[in-house]
Amino acid sequence: MRSAPTIAVALLLIAADIAASPLSATEIPQAQRRSGYSFMTPDTQAIQDDDTANPGMLWVLDGEALWKSKVGAAGKACADCHDDARVSMKDVAAHYPAFDKTLGRPVNLEQRIDLCRVQHQQATPLAYESRDLLALTAFVAQQSRGAAISTDVDPQLEPFVARGRELFMQRQGQLNLGCTNCHDDNWDKRLAGSAITQGHPTGYPLYRLEWQSLGSLQRRLRSCISGIRAQTYDYGAPELVELELYLMSRARGMPMEAPAVRP
Amino acid sequence: MASALINVPKRAKRGEIIEIKTLMSHIMETGYRHTATGEVVPRDIITSFVCRYNGVEIFHADLFPAIAANPFITFFTVATESGKFDFEWIGDKGFAETASASILVE
Repeated sequence: MRSAPTIAVALLLIAADIAASPLSATEIPQAQRRSGYSFMTPDTQAIQDDDTANPGMLWVLDGEALWKSKVGAAGKACADCHDDARVSMKDVAAHYPAFDKTLGRPVNLEQRIDLCRVQHQQATPLAYESRDLLALTAFVAQQSRGAAISTDVDPQLEPFVARGRELFMQRQGQLNLGCTNCHDDNWDKRLAGSAITQGHPTGYPLYRLEWQSLGSLQRRLRSCISGIRAQTYDYGAPELVELELYLMSRARGMPMEAPAVRP
Repeated sequence: MASALINVPKRAKRGEIIEIKTLMSHIMETGYRHTATGEVVPRDIITSFVCRYNGVEIFHADLFPAIAANPFITFFTVATESGKFDFEWIGDKGFAETASASILVE
């Protein structure tokens, strides 16, 4: 038989659970959406604005060289099929993650590059977060600078966007937080002195001063997930791609900034 | 794949103060970090940077482990004559990179 205090505690937990339900989250109205850029100090903004000061451009330069170099058993370079990336890759990154018919699920830009390497160049896939994959991704993403984010409106993508949204709203980890609790509800506040921001993925892959390196959106997501002390997903996991897809659909219409700089 | 980004104005008036910006790709491993198994990650940094203007050294910097990855070094000089800026980065593990940029002084 349960004692009265135990029941009281249980009820309190239930009450807390209701208060914590995802329904309490309010999504950011279209007009109030802001890129992480607008939260930065003028000094950090200046680094992003100047292509000779933006360290992300070092990866773009490497990516441009890789774009032209022949690899794999097919002996083909990206440029042999896609020619000039300035034309062929223009605004492409603004549409990713995109639905892959063969796999029957969305793939992000990194996965698309690796699929291309395996299928068309007959080369080994590049490891997630390796310098070469970041460089190629940065080079391709840079061709979408200024383009409005516009992930495809595709009925096949809808269930994946919905799952990404579910994950965004889901409280998890020892701190029992969902992405939404910070990035929808408290984006105008600060956490340990840093701006929380709205979490729009406008500039990936981007150079984080904290990382002293370029990093992918999945690296950012993984560090956020371990920040709430939850179990992170592996690089390339379908859950992370779904989350990426939801974030991109949430940022629809915002201009791409890759390679961005963040503190 | 080390690469440098250099920003030197293409043209300047004689006597004008110009800003030179350089960005070099480098991990700048401090030598103070340890791996998960406790071994020291060996130091790998750029130790010196030199800029020469038509062969004459106009700027020199010694770099130390506290400097972040991909060092961005910017400085000013007076545009005296047309010619070339030569940049040189030297570091651990035989690291040696050069770059150059030319300027037209009117």
